[in-house]
Amino acid sequence: MTRKTWITLAAMVALAVLPPVFYWTGNAFYLDLATRLTILAIAAVSLNLILGYGGLISFGHAAYLGLGAYAVGIPAYHWLYDGIGDWATNGFVHIGLAVAITSTFALITGAICLRTRGVYFIMITMAFAQMIYYLIVSIETYGGDDGLVIDTRSEFPGLNLDKPLQLFGLAYVSLVVVMLLVNMIVNSRFGMVLQAAKGNNERTVTLGFNTYIFQLVAYVISGAIAGYAGALLGNFTTFISPEMMDWRTSGELMFMVILGGTATILGPVLGSAAFILLEEILVDSLTWVEHLLDGILGMKIELSNYWHLPFGLLLIIIVLYVRGGLMGLINRKED
Amino acid sequence: MDLSLLVIQMLNGLQLGLLLFLVASGLTLVFGILDFVNLAHGALYMLGAFFCATLTFALGNFLLAVFVSIPIMAAVGWVLERVLARPLYARDHLDHVLGTFGAILVIDTLVHLIWGPEGIQVPLPDYLEGQVPLWGDVVVPTFRLLIIGAGLGAAGLLFWLVNYTRLGMLIRAGASNRTMVSALGINIEMLFALVFALGAALAGLAGMLIAPITEASIGMGNNIIITAFVVIIVGGIGSMKGAFIAALLIGLIDTLGRSFLDDIFKFAMSTEAAETSAPAVSAMLIYIIMAAVLAFRPQGLFPPKVR
Repeated sequence: MTRKTWITLAAMVALAVLPPVFYWTGNAFYLDLATRLTILAIAAVSLNLILGYGGLISFGHAAYLGLGAYAVGIPAYHWLYDGIGDWATNGFVHIGLAVAITSTFALITGAICLRTRGVYFIMITMAFAQMIYYLIVSIETYGGDDGLVIDTRSEFPGLNLDKPLQLFGLAYVSLVVVMLLVNMIVNSRFGMVLQAAKGNNERTVTLGFNTYIFQLVAYVISGAIAGYAGALLGNFTTFISPEMMDWRTSGELMFMVILGGTATILGPVLGSAAFILLEEILVDSLTWVEHLLDGILGMKIELSNYWHLPFGLLLIIIVLYVRGGLMGLINRKED
Repeated sequence: MDLSLLVIQMLNGLQLGLLLFLVASGLTLVFGILDFVNLAHGALYMLGAFFCATLTFALGNFLLAVFVSIPIMAAVGWVLERVLARPLYARDHLDHVLGTFGAILVIDTLVHLIWGPEGIQVPLPDYLEGQVPLWGDVVVPTFRLLIIGAGLGAAGLLFWLVNYTRLGMLIRAGASNRTMVSALGINIEMLFALVFALGAALAGLAGMLIAPITEASIGMGNNIIITAFVVIIVGGIGSMKGAFIAALLIGLIDTLGRSFLDDIFKFAMSTEAAETSAPAVSAMLIYIIMAAVLAFRPQGLFPPKVR
């Protein structure tokens, strides 16, 4: 096995083992962190399928995450307030809905977006995501701007998602399955055409492939996986607001993919782990400085609100100076 | 639907359209000439509003504050070009997007740090607070007329600058073939920085003009930038004429949709259904129009001739 495969296996084993250990040793907070990381990693892996392998820079991936979460929240809402049947809390219904809605949305918008190239594509995917954002904001029944509390988590036979460890387990298994699935896709004939179209679209078309269809299918698969991740995210946060589908979230997902390394299987997972840990470390260290200033100088400044400042600077520095992301660093040593 | 409301809403739509044009023209200039995707353009719009707010309080006069803020914004654009944009020109669009996304986070947080989380209400001088009667009982706030006037004035100035001056000639030449312009002995880096500064000043001006109506607030730029994207996509990226026509179109459609769509829907469905569906549809209206335009013309309505 290559060095890359070993690192992938080691990272995935660490992600499986560490969070439960933290949980059993009384650090439940770190399990929560790991669950969020794992769910976002699923979304990042799905984005990487089109962004990394397909070269399609989608800036609207947060919309799929949000739609998936609302596919859990809305049936749960009607179950509680309108007394529709218990099917409305069934996890298979939630996931089915999430996948159906997001793949339909991806099919319709993808069919339009993929007619365009380059910077048009970036802006259009962004605009369609914003359209969903404004649509949700305008529907007052589901909380509009304020968001919607998800009163009951999805119910699966033999699984209780109210238990943090079981929710993490579901997210982790899903991540592994999605990684294997994406790996299979990109190494198939389909994936080869997708990557060929990224390299040189005209040549691939000349070879007789209708790249539009290939890209559209990849776009729909990617959207459906992100929708699934959204359903998990809804179960994790038990609260969903339009904020979740803001373009900031889309930008953060893109950052995870770039940070980890595009067009690699493990990259997006490393990227989301680095992102979540970075956020945590920045907030923690700013809080620490806050206490220090308060203790020594008696200054009361809430610094932890401003973690986006060092974060944004880091983002700029990484874009300017780090090529190929974290996986790029790993691969470079191999040469 | 009564006529005076229609006239007022048309004027509001015109006002929104002109503000959109000020933001979109900078975006389309920077993209058309520099091939640079600047997400942080909305942050410049926000900065314009905040500078103007502070200067209004410091100088005691809104109009004076606007005139002082415009060169400040141009300077901010100049610095942003030097620090962030220039190293990224040679990279692909993905790096532009991420780099300027980082810039948004930095600028938003800096504004939060300096001006606090609350928005700032910008006071107007008395002579701008009043209303102007149009006819009968139809009145329009003076300030909105000023926005429309300033927007039209800026658009005219820009049109003159791009089409009838030496600088504009260089800008157009740079958009067609920047290597050739550079080979002819023009300092292309200086030209790029000027274009960036011009775009920043225009976006800043839009922020200053809207500040007395909505107040200067964090995140105001992020809302308008996506609408500005819709404008330049519909108009054709890189086209000034397209940006102008699409901005007015989007401004009018958005404003009229929000106020009259429920009335229109009532012809086709029950009152209750119309009142629930109209807000949702009007929120999505401009995106639906964008999708419709793209379905027939993927390059937008007025794609620039040479690219």
